[in-house]
Amino acid sequence: MFAEGSLVRVLDHTIFGHCRTPLYLKGKVGEVVSHTGAWRNPETLAYHKPGLPLQRLYRVRFRQADLWSGYPNAGDTLEADIYEHWLAPAARAAAGDPS
Amino acid sequence: MTISHDHDHDHDHDDHDHDHGDHDHHDHSHPHAAIEDHDAVTEFHLLEQAMRELLIEEGVFSAADIQRQIERQEMRTPALGARIVAKAWTDPAFRADLLANPKPAITALGIDVANTPALQVLENRDGVHHVVVCTLCSCYPRMILGIPPAWYKSREYRARVVREPRVVLEEFGVSLPERTEIRVVDSTADLRYLVIPERPADTEHLDEEALAAIVSRDSMIGTGLLSGAV
Repeated sequence: MFAEGSLVRVLDHTIFGHCRTPLYLKGKVGEVVSHTGAWRNPETLAYHKPGLPLQRLYRVRFRQADLWSGYPNAGDTLEADIYEHWLAPAARAAAGDPS
Repeated sequence: MTISHDHDHDHDHDDHDHDHGDHDHHDHSHPHAAIEDHDAVTEFHLLEQAMRELLIEEGVFSAADIQRQIERQEMRTPALGARIVAKAWTDPAFRADLLANPKPAITALGIDVANTPALQVLENRDGVHHVVVCTLCSCYPRMILGIPPAWYKSREYRARVVREPRVVLEEFGVSLPERTEIRVVDSTADLRYLVIPERPADTEHLDEEALAAIVSRDSMIGTGLLSGAV
């Protein structure tokens, strides 16, 4: 369980088939905005299975500058809903660290 | 896609909402334009038609059931969302409830959102502007905004608004100052999002009903700003 405000990294799983984690967020670090409850796992639900165990779902906020190289506005952000099994604890790269 | 689902039809199906390209499986059952006006009958059209005919033949549901479900879905329009926004602007207690627990607050307005996906409400304010997209398919708060516009489902909007939101918003006529944080919300999973736009400054004299009339669909997606009273 991740607390609000904690930093998380989206795991770089390779998955064949249905999943709800967009490719452009893999490996990126963001901040947990809120925990929104537990839901059936779409990766198995999509294939007529029960989707259990339930997965916690978090709203995670990323800095746009961390997602796209050369992004022009430092203050802009992006949020996405990410299931817990796609997240690991993380530390933010030092300010000014080119990525 | 089935009437026998345990939830309403006015949303994107998380159990099979993989990318169908430009194709919109929610429109399958609608009456089609004359075939010569149609670009092409895709494999998806044929599959849908075959499935539908088979399910009717097997007695799973009737053609009338499908028609009723389409009518139910089409009765939902952005006017529902506009009522919610106008109420949030004029009633601070409602606004607090709406942000904390959206569906009970909306239900209390007499809008039926039972058996629809979970909803989160995002409030635009001076300095923060939300814009909603579903990059993976076309998730949209159908229960309060109705059927999504075609551009919302287009690959171009979905690909570009996450990467260059300011450019895309400019194309919608939305210019925001540098200091405003643009917060793109990618509705990737089980939540749907409603944006509460900023209330225009010159609307103090308007009552709730008049306010609802100025709330545009796009302002509740985040691709529009409100210009105020007419």
